[in-house]
Amino acid sequence: MATLELKGITKRFPGVLANDQVDLKVSSGEILGLLGENGAGKTTLMNILYGLYGADEGEILIDGEPQQFSGPGDAISAGIGMVHQHFMLVPVFSVTENVVLGVEPVGFGGVIDMKEAKKEVRDISKQYGLEVDPDAVIEDIPVGIQQRVEIIKVLFRHAEFLIFDEPTAVLTPQEVEEFFGILNGLKEAGKAIIFITHKLKEVLEVSDRIAVLRRGAMVGEAEPATATENDLATLMVGRPVELVVNKETSDPGAAVLEVRDLVVIGDRDQMALAGVSFDVRAGEIVGVAGVQGNGQTELVEALTGLRDVTSGTVKISGTEVTHATPRQIHGHSVAHVPEDRQRSGLVMPFTITENVVLDAYYEEPYSHGISMDWKAAREKAADLVEQYDVRTPSTEIPASSLSGGNQQKVIVAREFGRDVKLVIASQPTRGIDVGSIEYIHERIVEERDEGAALLIVSTELDEVLALSDRILVMFDGHIVAEYQGGSVTAAEIGLSMAGAAP
Amino acid sequence: MTDEPKGEAPPEMNGDADNGEKSGWAAFMDDLTGVNVDWRSAVLVPVLAMTAALAVSVLIIVASDIELWRSFSISALGDSFGQAGSAMWALLTGSLGSLAAVSSTLAFAAPLILAGLSVAIGFKAGLFNIGAEGQMLMGGMVAVALGITIDIPVFLNVPLAIIGAMIGGGIWGGIAGLLRARTGAHEVITTIMLNSIAGLAVVWMLSTKFFQPEGRLDPVSEDIAVSARLPRLLGFLDRSDVRVHLGIVVALIAAYAIYWVLFKSTIGYEFRAVGFNPNAAHYGGMRVTWLYTSVMALSGALAGLAGMAQINGLLYRASPGFAAGIGFDAISLALLGRSHPAGVVAAGFLFGALRAGGIEMQVATDVPVDLISVIQALVVVFIAAPALIRAIFRVKTGEEIGQLTTGWGT
Repeated sequence: MATLELKGITKRFPGVLANDQVDLKVSSGEILGLLGENGAGKTTLMNILYGLYGADEGEILIDGEPQQFSGPGDAISAGIGMVHQHFMLVPVFSVTENVVLGVEPVGFGGVIDMKEAKKEVRDISKQYGLEVDPDAVIEDIPVGIQQRVEIIKVLFRHAEFLIFDEPTAVLTPQEVEEFFGILNGLKEAGKAIIFITHKLKEVLEVSDRIAVLRRGAMVGEAEPATATENDLATLMVGRPVELVVNKETSDPGAAVLEVRDLVVIGDRDQMALAGVSFDVRAGEIVGVAGVQGNGQTELVEALTGLRDVTSGTVKISGTEVTHATPRQIHGHSVAHVPEDRQRSGLVMPFTITENVVLDAYYEEPYSHGISMDWKAAREKAADLVEQYDVRTPSTEIPASSLSGGNQQKVIVAREFGRDVKLVIASQPTRGIDVGSIEYIHERIVEERDEGAALLIVSTELDEVLALSDRILVMFDGHIVAEYQGGSVTAAEIGLSMAGAAP
Repeated sequence: MTDEPKGEAPPEMNGDADNGEKSGWAAFMDDLTGVNVDWRSAVLVPVLAMTAALAVSVLIIVASDIELWRSFSISALGDSFGQAGSAMWALLTGSLGSLAAVSSTLAFAAPLILAGLSVAIGFKAGLFNIGAEGQMLMGGMVAVALGITIDIPVFLNVPLAIIGAMIGGGIWGGIAGLLRARTGAHEVITTIMLNSIAGLAVVWMLSTKFFQPEGRLDPVSEDIAVSARLPRLLGFLDRSDVRVHLGIVVALIAAYAIYWVLFKSTIGYEFRAVGFNPNAAHYGGMRVTWLYTSVMALSGALAGLAGMAQINGLLYRASPGFAAGIGFDAISLALLGRSHPAGVVAAGFLFGALRAGGIEMQVATDVPVDLISVIQALVVVFIAAPALIRAIFRVKTGEEIGQLTTGWGT
């Protein structure tokens, strides 16, 4: 029976207390759910545990023995294993090669003993029910299986304490179920597990105990048997949170976005969209569900002018915009919340003011001819920061120093903070906390009630279900199913997402 | 999620915990320039890097003193340090010690500042223009061609040279930009190649009848018309050793213009957006490929001006390699000045002073003028390694220099 204990862990960064006297304990055969908003200090805490940061105060105890970790190597040899949210795998290597990377079993003359390695991988995979083909190449296998490889990697290094950082973010609903099966298997095999997430439903389903972190401090523990999602959300955010999106039934008007037989080629020269047709009408939220990588990214890029259209037509308010530039599309009163805020939504070193005019800097009042009017931009930024509740000391600090939720609010404020007829939003709440999600969902419904047409693309099924008046499911470049919102269950959509005929 | 460490680890924030709240001096500098900059870090690091570079140079002078190694003794060591000290003194007096010295510093600084601005604006837009040397040559050759054929009043002929040089350099830089935009060919490669092409083209041009004076067989041009020469600013003193010319005024005007373009104009906003994040720029409706071309053309035009300053301000005729490595020093200069026009001007004065003082140093103390290149190189080494500065001086220098250019093939 092994126990891992954190006692009084405190970590300060200049100006911020990232962890404040945090106590945590997890034992063999137990799953501890660690819940917290982004920026609550979960990742800092786990990085301390994994030897990446040193704590300013407090100690790490394993079976009562104080530990000194000066790097992940020490943590690994003490039996701690971390499954990162973004997998650390070499795409062109086989499963076995990835598993043994860095700790290869070496035979005579320094040759890697692949036979032995494969045998060990097979043993682990049998023992814990982690089915994988040891010879499969990583880039050819689905994300869910890649995650298993990460788990095998950790087990191969004899981990007793397994930390999972947001493990379900990249999985389909079916894969999540399988993953929970694996977690329970590991638990029965006597491993101690810390499961980090901000998803309330999941933490309730799988944990034995739940610990909640807020602003760096442990604010409470909860028993999954008795706690409700609302309890946890309140604990996590520090105030009661509305988890359900309140909206009236929609009253759609004329079609604003008309897409016909859209064919788009993806980055890997594959057919990303293979003839997609749909409408989005004024006063209606259309949700697009689907597992990441089934053409949603390309759909949004094609509609917003960021990607070339091979064939088919796109019309906005009756005007053909199939081959329009992003600027022309913007000119049709289209708001675009891009999929990845850091990659394309924001210029991170730019200030909030500079980011607020990113797609309108060439228009009055932000510029006159060739010169910018920073005063006008600053005023707009100050307005939006206030109106959209962006938490920042000033509009003149770089976007990179805002938390993820506040970065997303800056984008939403920029895109919604003008008259829009059509909103195209991709992953509008990815990786942000419950409080900000609530806020952004309210704004989305508000835009609908004001008569805008909204296309919301999300891999979070719950989000699509909660927001949409109509739901389209994408699989392999096709729209494979269409449902009316409110009359469909997550299980039905989940099946379509996996490609089963509706 | 990925952004979580950002939220939790304020070391990645903008320098100190002074967001929004700046000290009086920093706030004053912000007001003065209209930009929000981490001034402590922007000024402190270069100053400390310069100090460290000079200190190491003293040790190099001492260590390279042959007398010291012949008779290794305390007194010989003292002599060596004495020599190093007089070399440093000569460096100072040769650059600032007299009217002639200051004027020489300014004359050297003019092309350095212009070429430094050329590289800096590239950095701001995420492009690494190594081709300032070649663009200087091409701009300078246009100025020579105009200067030896056209003789109109000075107030027309000098602007003509300026415009011609900008066009010449601009086209040369624009070629690299166009190649990047159209084919994805990385500007580091293309500008290096274009440097070679320009260097050899100059040698060829200078051996043609058009440029070569009658009776000469070596590659050299005729002298440009007196009306095309940049007027001496202190010409009324009638001293041949006071060489400061209109070039420094052109350089300072160019620096202000670039500052205005970068921080006050829409195209400058586009340049900076593309420099930091081309994806976001594209998302915001900017034409990224067109921007690459225009940045490189502007960068080339500034380098062309630097070539003009060499020809019309100093040499009055072209010979191979008249760019004298200024186009490469410009890279160090832009780094030292943190790619900000004000920083480039300051760095340009510094490098100009080193060049002017270096000549005096060689004359007065036998320390070869090549030491100046060593000092410049050391400054860049210290600038590029802020961790080193932090360790040596035990100071907090705020943010590291961010990514200056985009990677290969991106």
